[in-house]
Amino acid sequence: MHANEVVAVVGDNGAGKSTLVGVLTGALAPDRGEILRDGRPVTLGSPAAARAHGIAGVFEDRALCENLDVVENLFLGHEATRAGLLDEVTMERSAWELLGQLAARVPSVRVPVAALSGAQRQAVAIARSLLGAPRIVVLDEPTASLGLTQTAEFLALVERLRSRGHGVVLTSHSIVDVQAVADRIVVLRLGRTNGEFDGRRSSYEELLAAVTGAGVTR
Amino acid sequence: MSALDPLRSLWARVRVGELRTLPIALVLGLLWLVLAAIDPTFLSADNLVNLTQQSVVVGILALGVVLTLHVGQLDLSVGAVSGLAAALVAVGVVHGGWPLWLAVLLALVVGGLVGSAYGLAYTRLAVPVVVFTLAGLLAVTGLQLRVLGTTGSVNLPFESWLVELAQTLYLSPGTSWTLVVVLVVGYAVSLFVTRARRLRAELPAASVARLAVQVVAVAVGLGVVVAYLGTNRGVGAIFAIFVGLVGAVDLLLRRTRWGRWVRAVGGDAEAARRAGVPVRLVLVTVFVGCSTLAVLGGVVAAGRLAAANQATGAPEVMLLAIAAAVIGGTSLFGGRGSAWSALLGALVVQSISNGLILLNQDTSARLIVTGIVLAGAVTIDALMRRAREAA
Repeated sequence: MHANEVVAVVGDNGAGKSTLVGVLTGALAPDRGEILRDGRPVTLGSPAAARAHGIAGVFEDRALCENLDVVENLFLGHEATRAGLLDEVTMERSAWELLGQLAARVPSVRVPVAALSGAQRQAVAIARSLLGAPRIVVLDEPTASLGLTQTAEFLALVERLRSRGHGVVLTSHSIVDVQAVADRIVVLRLGRTNGEFDGRRSSYEELLAAVTGAGVTR
Repeated sequence: MSALDPLRSLWARVRVGELRTLPIALVLGLLWLVLAAIDPTFLSADNLVNLTQQSVVVGILALGVVLTLHVGQLDLSVGAVSGLAAALVAVGVVHGGWPLWLAVLLALVVGGLVGSAYGLAYTRLAVPVVVFTLAGLLAVTGLQLRVLGTTGSVNLPFESWLVELAQTLYLSPGTSWTLVVVLVVGYAVSLFVTRARRLRAELPAASVARLAVQVVAVAVGLGVVVAYLGTNRGVGAIFAIFVGLVGAVDLLLRRTRWGRWVRAVGGDAEAARRAGVPVRLVLVTVFVGCSTLAVLGGVVAAGRLAAANQATGAPEVMLLAIAAAVIGGTSLFGGRGSAWSALLGALVVQSISNGLILLNQDTSARLIVTGIVLAGAVTIDALMRRAREAA
């Protein structure tokens, strides 16, 4: 896994995608194995520890407070203050810059998140994960709740993340979505790695076979 | 673009509950017109001074309830805690011979302990708050009776500063007008400084004309209240303190990290936790804040009555405080509301009570009307939630 790379993790339900995401983002402790960062093993004991190692997670649901607006959500837990009071001007300014970098289209940063579409919420959640300048962004099932146009919008966003020098890990059920954007595709099946593919050269059939366990494995 | 468009967009914002205080202010105005039409003395300066003073105890308790509603919880023991506080202060001063400040401090500590107990029980043991605070209501009421002793009532000396503060102290015209000027100037400065900073940061900012209208509206509003109440006894000291408390809580809720966390926890505690908000700490502080305000309400109640007895902080006080918070526009579903709803709601509840007493109606009518208004407020709250979810 390195910068400017998109790695997709695909697999059926129960293949271990969410567990992998949990381990990477520090939400779950691994039973076995080790995580290497720059060649050295690290322990990701908590989400904060993972963030300190440059790994930020974006979860498929309940990442945002619906009653708060975009700025409030982006800086939740990391608010800027000025003389003890919230510094709305600075936060609103950074919010526009952050969303601008992702070319995310949000009608206003002062509308409650409840009023945004799925892709817009996803963009806000991702923008928030970028606040700590992470090296790797881990996205759990980002396209699960998105419609067709919204998925296209989201995939464009992943490409912008890559071109800005972040490594991206994303999990998905959908082989098609993943093929559109991934450099490398890792297939999980029943908790084990069942093949690793080049995102550009592998075929849908090949991947499907690895996901379902039918036919060839590498 | 029709002439009605601004009205329509206003209605759309009201419907989903973005502008909560506006409809309540209209309801209060309407209520006053109806009561004044039946009995013109309702709107006399004398009666309105009474009304403002009467609204203070329920209002301070409602302010605590507003805090707990912000995290989607309800503390049923605010009345009982206020009763215990009144008893502690009266007994401490009269029987114990303590200085008043010490008695008040002790009551505040007891209130803080009660609030921490609720907060810890909820965050550590996941006990349902409504039932747990109901248990608290019973236990605290028992303590209150124990503290009051066999007579069941303790009178505070009339020369005590607490009684003077609560009963006879009014802001002098000089003080009132100085406060008005300070508040209006402060408000204007904060608005225009923010505008300048926003423009410098190349963010959209409200026009000067619009801000000027806002400042003039606040100035006229405060000016009218002070001038009209001033034709009688003026602005009561405890009412001024109450409004000050509301302003302080409003500032905490809207402009500090703690306030933002409170709203986040009320909206979605799990999302807030993942974002790094110390959810448990926030919840405990909210319950402590609520109990502390309940203690303050009880101290003021003791002062107003110049006594503490078994009826101080009776369940009706708690019911009125919760009603006031909800009528004032703070949502029962968490994450939405305003400190000002305590002021508006307390004024509505007290106007009903005060107006019906002027009309020679008894307690039954007062409870029925307040109940109907509360039912209306809860229904509107639920409808707004539905409108938001459909949007």
